[in-house]
Parts: sequence; structure tokens; C-alpha cells
Amino acid sequence: MCLAIPGRVEEIYQSGEARMGRVNFGGIVKEVCLAYLPDIAIGDYTIVHVGFAISKIDEASARQTLQTFSDMGLLEEELGPSQDA
Amino acid sequence: MKYLDEFRNGETAQKLAAEIRRNTTRPWKIMEVCGGQTHSIIRNGIDQLLPPEIEMVHGPGCPVCVTPLEMIDQALAIASQPNVTFCSFGDMLRVPGSEKDLFRVRGDGGDVRIVYSPLDAVKLARQNPEREVVFFGVGFETTAPANAMAVYLAKQEGLRNFSALISHVLVPPAIAAIMSSPTNCIDAFLAAGHVCSVMGYRQYPELVERFHVPIVVTGFEPLDILEGIRRTVNQLEAGEARVENAYERIVTLEGNVTAQTLLQDVFEVVDRSWRGIGMIPASGWQLREAYRDFDASRRFSVRDIHTVESPLCHSGEVLQGILKPNQCPAFGKECTPRKPLGATMVSSEGACAAYYNYGRFISADQLAHA
Amino acid sequence: MPEPPDFSNWSCPLPLRDYPTVVMGHGGGGKLSAELVEHLFVPAFHNEALSNLGDASVVPLNQERLAISTDSYVVQPLFFPGGSIGELAVNGTVNDLAVSGARPLYLSVGMILEEGFAMNALGRIVDDMAKAARTAGVQIVTGDTKVVEKGHGDGCYINTAGVGLVPAGVNVGPSLARSGDVILLSGSIGDHGMAIMSVREGLEFETTIQSDTAALNGLITDVFRAAGSSVHVMRDPTRGGAASSLNEIAAASQVGMVIEEVNIPVRTEVRSACELLGMDPIYVANEGKVLIFVAADAAQAALDVLRQHPLGKDAAMIGKVVDQHPGMVIARTSIGATRVIAMQIGEQLPRIC
Repeated sequence: MCLAIPGRVEEIYQSGEARMGRVNFGGIVKEVCLAYLPDIAIGDYTIVHVGFAISKIDEASARQTLQTFSDMGLLEEELGPSQDA
Repeated sequence: MKYLDEFRNGETAQKLAAEIRRNTTRPWKIMEVCGGQTHSIIRNGIDQLLPPEIEMVHGPGCPVCVTPLEMIDQALAIASQPNVTFCSFGDMLRVPGSEKDLFRVRGDGGDVRIVYSPLDAVKLARQNPEREVVFFGVGFETTAPANAMAVYLAKQEGLRNFSALISHVLVPPAIAAIMSSPTNCIDAFLAAGHVCSVMGYRQYPELVERFHVPIVVTGFEPLDILEGIRRTVNQLEAGEARVENAYERIVTLEGNVTAQTLLQDVFEVVDRSWRGIGMIPASGWQLREAYRDFDASRRFSVRDIHTVESPLCHSGEVLQGILKPNQCPAFGKECTPRKPLGATMVSSEGACAAYYNYGRFISADQLAHA
Repeated sequence: MPEPPDFSNWSCPLPLRDYPTVVMGHGGGGKLSAELVEHLFVPAFHNEALSNLGDASVVPLNQERLAISTDSYVVQPLFFPGGSIGELAVNGTVNDLAVSGARPLYLSVGMILEEGFAMNALGRIVDDMAKAARTAGVQIVTGDTKVVEKGHGDGCYINTAGVGLVPAGVNVGPSLARSGDVILLSGSIGDHGMAIMSVREGLEFETTIQSDTAALNGLITDVFRAAGSSVHVMRDPTRGGAASSLNEIAAASQVGMVIEEVNIPVRTEVRSACELLGMDPIYVANEGKVLIFVAADAAQAALDVLRQHPLGKDAAMIGKVVDQHPGMVIARTSIGATRVIAMQIGEQLPRIC
């Protein structure tokens, strides 16, 4: 399944061969395998799929994207009502 | 939830939709490849916000749906064996084989367990050395790293009682197959964001070159999907065709190199038959020779599998985007999630299940005016 | 070997023929459960009170109306964050009586215990039941205990049956929803189901989510006092969640419903847990919430009264009943589009209550 959820890394530890961590998903904490993100640190956000962290969330990029959305339509508003009303 | 809620904002969604409407002048067919994206579109009603010129076509991005019937029957046969603890993700339980499903196998006394992660299956194998623990590893490239790690750890630990039944399928060959089909009418693709988070998007420029279609890497939340569509429409309207990344906070060009390294180690590319579609060359992964001891299809010999697909099932056409689920004559009648004819009606990523569960018996337009 | 049942003279045997054996879905509170009731139990027992399929049945007794309800509890694990099987067993039956308009009075208890079950665990369960009964203001007046061999019975199964009296003038039932009614929900959904999930093997996670198990009769009495005969339907959404209850009422009353998704109260942690496990809170079981269908002009009064009660402080107006699309429950999504809230098929989570 492609369902992957963002969470915050709270703790990192070794469990046998695998690098594991405790990740906080909006108040829910679950054990996650961090083996695929050797550079991830406590406080970082990551997306987790079936118990594995597969990518770090680039927080600056996320802010940028949200800013772009926020700015969208502002120019139109300045120019006047749009054609498709 | 941080990095989730912000990408579901209703007002911003309306704004993005307005942008798309402003820029659309001609009809376009856009295929979203991933079943997770299909579900998000139908569940949130994203398609209802789009201008009528844009048709979202649902792709074969449901690994459960495209797992060959033979393999489902094989899984059922293995799960029915008395010393086997069979583990799988939840939505595999009601996928119909030729005669039954895992749910029935459990009802008949089989030890079938739902797990959240493949590592849970490995844990079960460690804790129950007297049982044969089999994990059904189905998925796209997103899930492959998890399945690879399970097999890798089992080998490291010498867990003799663990094995995996692997059915991995790859996205780029599927896109190529769809574009090469004579009935193809797709103008652009939304590439599966989480597949790309693992694999990067290096494989896509070649597809763009070959077929001259925009491919935009897209996420799953309403704002991500709308943004992916917005960028796609902009390219289409301008006559452009290139690879764009609209999921920058998660996806990089290279993808997750650490994961790719282990994937290379554990899996090798193989031709794969996609249920309902047919053979797509070099479109699957299987365990390499070094890991074949952990391959459940090798470990368990299951004879006399006679596969029988329902003649009424049109999953294949749905998966290729030729039919919408509610255009299938059996939809909602002979075929419901309760008694599914094909996997697309029960998988959590299946298009037919999405349409049924979110009520698309009536058209999107009728629904919007309810 | 007993004879297989003869389906030929049943009114609609086909759905049961699909399942030669019982599957977990038959206990899930969704479509499969409903089919078992409709095609096996109702035709066999055949009487008007049963056919109404309310949470409790209301039957005439001399000049009074007696409400009777029964429920069995097979929850796993027996002890979970926020409660135990004991509390569920008392509160569940009390609630079924209360939402049928009755004042719950007396409960019976049947316990099926597994040989080897720890006596102090049993003691805890019984203690929980006693406390819950006192809080609810009901008495457990009769009971039975059976023991089965080790390996049968999962520790402890409990059945409770309850009786109450419906005051004159009170008339609520699943078929009484009317177009224009406002739909109220007494608080956040999904707490109980996710509390159980958090301790289920293979799916565990750390959380502070607790089961919401509670007796609702006090809250419901307050609502009747404020809104009286404007209250048309009440239901406590247990297995199958709010979605199942809404659909059952829509079908029984032959009305449509429009729900505002953003108005449905869901605790942050419950929402996160649902995201993690790919579940929708609207299908998750609750044990201390009530859906109330009330005439529009009394809705605000009812809502105010709910919010003043400790069990209803997060109460919200979540939707309304409409003439269109009878039997169908439609929701407006967070982005302003619409989708259908369909009836669940089997079980989202087994052994939830």
C-alpha cells in the first residue's frame, strides 16, 4: 500500500542489525525502522510506510509549497474578478 | 497532524481548483497511476472540483489488484497448510482467488494474521520457531524496501522458519505498457509520489522522450493532487512534455539511495504478468538466487492450481483506464465488496472499491448536487 | 453431525448460501451482521417487536411499556486503556435501553469463564461491573455462571440483558427520523476502537487514547427534559461506528442524510491513529456516545444541554435529515465536495466489544 504518514523522530536506537526509532504521529508513537535514513536525527520529520521511514521531509520545501499556495490567486484578486465566476 | 492537515485545507483546495479551471481550455485525460491517489481523489471528491474538460483516468496502481491469480491461489494453498502462520497486510484478506479468499481460509481454521509491517512477520517467526511463518510481500517500489529488509534480516539471523511470497511490480514499465497500447488515450501522468520517494524519478525522462507526455510526480493529499494536476494542465495547455516534481518536500531526483542499494542486493528484475492486463516485460521483482531459500514459492510445493477468473469481471479494463468502475455491468450488482469478482473491488487501493465505498453509483455531477 | 439447515423455505436464503460457515464479519455490525439477523433470526423468531430492530425492544406490559435489551461481550483484550469487559457489559446494555427511551432498571448477567482464568482478574471485572452499575443507577439482580474447559472461551465472555420502563409520551425509534431533523453527536468518535487497537497484537502503538465507555442514561434524561417529543431517534454507535448507525436509521426511516465532515468531533490522537492504520473514524466503534435526531427548532436547546453534561462537552451538530436520496447518507468533504458514507461490509476490527 502506498499509505505513508508523516511523523516526528523522538528517539533512535539499535535493535540487533537494524537501526530503529520511536516516531510520533500526531500523538501516537510507534516503533519504526530507520535503517533507510542513516542521516535522520531526533526532531526531524519523516514519512513512514509499513513501519519503515522512507524519506525525510524537507521542512523548508514544505513551507515553500504552502507559501506558493497562499500566494496563488492574489494577483488575480488584485487585477479584478476572474472570468470563471 | 503536521505535514498532513495543512495539505487538506478546504479554502486552498478551492483556490487551486479555480486556478486549474482558469487555465483549462481543452479536454485532457490525465492518469493517476497510484491507487492511493485514486482513493484520495474519490474519497475527497477532488474530481468534483475540476472543470468538466479534465477527466481523471484511474491507473493500475494497485499492487494487490495486479498480483496474478496464480499467486493468489498459491498464497491461499500455502495459508491452508496446518503448520503455516500466514501473514499479510489487511486488505489482502478479501481478495478473491479462484475459489475462496484468506478470510475463508481463516474461517476454515488457517492461521492467517494481519500485520502492519513485514518486520512483525519476522518477529512472529522468531517467537514461534515451530511454525512456518510466511509473509505475503505484495507491493510497488514503495513497499519493496520493507519487504527486502525483512528477508535480509531473516537471512542474517538464520531464521529458517521464515519465508516470503513476493509479488512486486514496477511503475515505469506499466506506464510504458499503457502508452504503447493501441487503445491508449492518456495525455499525461501523475507519477506515484511515494514510489518516487524510494526510486527517485530518473527513469521518467526516457518515458517523456518516447511518448511525449508530461509526467508530474504527485503526492496524496488533496492539495498535493490538485497541485500535480495544475502543473500538468499548464504543461498540456502549453504543448510541453517534461518531468516535473510537485512533491518536493518528500521526493528528490535520486530517491533513497540506501534503500535502492538493498533492493539491488535482494531483488532482480523479472517479466511479470499483471492480473487483468497481461505480461509486461521487466515489470516485476523476484528474490535473487542468494535469497531463494527464503522464497515461499520455492519452499512450499503447491500442486493442482487451476485458476478460474470470473467471466463477468472487467478489472483489467478498469486497471488500464479503459472503463470506469461504474461503467462495468457487474458493478454494484454481481460484484460488490461483499462478494467481489476481482481484486479491484476489495483492495484499499482498488478503483472499484473506491467508487463503491464512496458512492459513485451516481455520477459525480449528481452527487455534487445532492 | 447435525443436518445442514434447509434454506429452501426461507424467504431469501441466497446471501447465507454464500457463507457455509460463520465468518468474523457476521459479528462486525456491518452488512454481514445485518444479513444474518434479517435472514436467519428474524424469520425464525417472527414477531413485531423483534422486526423493529431497535437497540432495545419496547413491548406492552399491562399499562406500561417495557424495554428489553441484550448484548454479549467478547472483547479482546479484557482490560484495555480506559476500561474492561466489565464496564462495557453494564454500560452497553444500559445505553441500549436508554436510547430506546427507557429508564434502565435491572440487569441480568451471564458469565462464561474459561478454566484456569485468574480469580483476581475475575474479581477486577466484577468490581468494574459493580461500579458501573452504581454509576448508572441500575441493579444487577440475577445471573448465571458457566465454566468451559481450558482452550475454549478466551478467558471470559459476558452476556447482559436489561429491562427498563419507557415513560408515557416518549416515542423514539430508528424509523422515526423526519426530513428537517438535525443530527447531533454527543462527543468525539473513534476513541473506543482505537484504544483497543493500541493494545492489539501486531498493531500496538503508544498513546493516551482511552475507551469512552460510559452510561449515557443521565445525559439522555437531560436531553428529553430539554427537547421532549422533538427527539425522534437516538442510537449509540458501537460496532460499525457512526456510519453504520446513520445508515441503519436512514434505511429504517427511509430518509436521506447530509453530514458535514468537518463538524464531526474527532480527537487529534484518534485521527492520527486512524491515519496510521488506514481507517476512517466514522466506522470505528464507540462505547459512550449517542447520536440524536431532533426537530430543528429544538436542536439548539438539546445541544446546549448536551454540552453542559460532562459526557457531552464536545457535542456537535453534524448534519441533517433530508427528503432526497432516501436511505443514503452523504457527506460534504473537507474540500467542499461530496461523497457517500456507505454501510460497512464486515468488520473493520474484530472483537471490538
